[in-house]
Amino acid sequence: MSVALATDTAPLLELRGIGKRYRMGETDVDALRGVDLAIARNEYVAFIGPSGSGKTTLMNIVGCLDRPSSGSYLLNGQRVADLDDNALARIRNREIGFVFQNFNLLGRADALHNVMQPLVYRGIKLRERRQLATAALTGVGLGDRLDHRPNQLSGGQRQRVAIARALVGKPSILLADEPTGNLDSTTAREIMAMFATLHRAGNTIILVTHDAEVAAHAERTVAIRDGQVIGDTRHGRKGTAHGAAG
Amino acid sequence: MARLAEALRAALGAIRAHLLRAALTVLGMVIGVAAVIAVVALLQGFGQSITQQFRNLGANGLVIVAYLPQKAALEGRIARITPDDLLAIRQRVAGVRDVVPLLPLAQFSAEVRYGSRSSNTSVSGTTSGFPRNGARYPVQGRFVVAGDDTTRRPVAVIGQTLIKDLHLPADPEGHFIQLFGTWFKVVGVLNKVGTLVGLIDRDNLVYIPYTTAVSLSGALTAPNIVIQLDVDNARAIKPVEARITAVLRRQHHLLPGEADDFKIQSAAELTKALTSALDSASLILGAIVGISLLVGGVGIMNVMLVSVTERTREIGIQKSLGATRADILLQFLLEAVLLSLLGGLVGLALGYGIGKLVVHLVPAFAGAIVPGWTIALSLGFTAAVGLVFGITPAAKAAALDPIEALRYE
Repeated sequence: MSVALATDTAPLLELRGIGKRYRMGETDVDALRGVDLAIARNEYVAFIGPSGSGKTTLMNIVGCLDRPSSGSYLLNGQRVADLDDNALARIRNREIGFVFQNFNLLGRADALHNVMQPLVYRGIKLRERRQLATAALTGVGLGDRLDHRPNQLSGGQRQRVAIARALVGKPSILLADEPTGNLDSTTAREIMAMFATLHRAGNTIILVTHDAEVAAHAERTVAIRDGQVIGDTRHGRKGTAHGAAG
Repeated sequence: MARLAEALRAALGAIRAHLLRAALTVLGMVIGVAAVIAVVALLQGFGQSITQQFRNLGANGLVIVAYLPQKAALEGRIARITPDDLLAIRQRVAGVRDVVPLLPLAQFSAEVRYGSRSSNTSVSGTTSGFPRNGARYPVQGRFVVAGDDTTRRPVAVIGQTLIKDLHLPADPEGHFIQLFGTWFKVVGVLNKVGTLVGLIDRDNLVYIPYTTAVSLSGALTAPNIVIQLDVDNARAIKPVEARITAVLRRQHHLLPGEADDFKIQSAAELTKALTSALDSASLILGAIVGISLLVGGVGIMNVMLVSVTERTREIGIQKSLGATRADILLQFLLEAVLLSLLGGLVGLALGYGIGKLVVHLVPAFAGAIVPGWTIALSLGFTAAVGLVFGITPAAKAAALDPIEALRYE
């Protein structure tokens, strides 16, 4: 935690001139062109943009699922733009928690084992994995569903398992890609309320969405179009405490 | 460690999720291993039964036979152990007892007659000490005794096959059979020992006194005999062998530097030679049948490739959670090896069962024996096949791009 104190003033992540070029058949497509962006600890940011805007590519780069073609990316003071596959896997495991639109749970495993999974790659022993995962699931209100498989859970419950899985390793950033896209509006509200609670508890959240209504839950909106940041608005703090991060 | 345990758990889970598929996948493996094990088990059982027959010589027993190295044979020399050699050994070698000659007169080729019936049999001359370790004993009457030998009595001890072939009475003692134009009185009937691996009838034989046999072989200037003897002290076999060698070399006027024209065999040596021959036969046959394991390996590889494609999304999820290439590689490799080993274990049990069944149905096979090295070898080989054929699918899984894997429908 002393590291966190030392870098408290520095941004949690900093993107400078990030570009991503794909090769589609004969032509090169620039998915991102020179994105500059800094996000501080305990911010709640929404990337908003229509499909094809590059917001998902940006999320993949922030989440270390993908590497930029150009530019530099500092996460928690670490240069990640030019790391190898194993180092990226390590960062995904320790620094990032993903929440996907379609939940992406392992179908054969029950809720508990789904949440335990990221801890496996950290080499944590079974007993401790079980304790941490049980605590995380209890935290999202699923303490009584530990042995349910994804197909025995509702959409909202599945997304809560996914959130527990994203949080169990205490990552620096929670990255949510259209987290309410597959949910009905009542469940979607519950999930958004949960994000608000998590934010108040000191988590840094990045939300990727095409829906302005969903984006409105965040305290800062970064609008993306044609691979560029075209707007960066702060709505003022909706959360209260900042100190919870320390 | 936690990662390895988890990879193992994931591999087991994946196999359990598709049990029928797993069973069909390893069928090739099962059949391959079963074939190897059955073949080896029967060969080894076969070997065991032959070895058992050598053991009847006893741990102290030595057998002296004439033997010429090929080079000497090409020089036109003849090797034989003569009755004089027998005398020399009896007189000049200490620490031995029951020095018994065996003079084979005919192998299944001697015509034997009783009344109007005739048959072919083996005839050997020997003395009273010959039947060793209870392997052969008279069930009726007696064996050749010392008195038969000293007086060259025309008496015969016969095997039970002859009673049947010649239509002798059930109690043939006192009846006369004709061998080499001479009448022999049957004085004893030997116990039944059965066939050697279903081929050689070991009950079709006649023993007559050694001296009688020597005089019958009168046409031969010097008959070639086999000498059996027991060493008093099993630990003194080496010095006794050296002494016999010295005596026989002098008997045969061999110059220093000339090779021996005889061989001294011990039960242990015979057994060792036979066992090693059978082991290499097992290994070669096993290896030939083992090629079918490669076919099983291809089946596993095929299913693993399908499985990787099916689980692309799952692999993407694992990668998004921080699984490295090594984690994924290990998981799929373990799955292939486990599948393969599973087939190996089932095949092992099945092969042993087949061996047992064959032994039960075909009396020629004495028993099914699966030596430890076969189990180790076949399981090792199955694991290796799983590893070799699992590496391509596992590498394919490990190399998947996380984003594309997550997007895969």
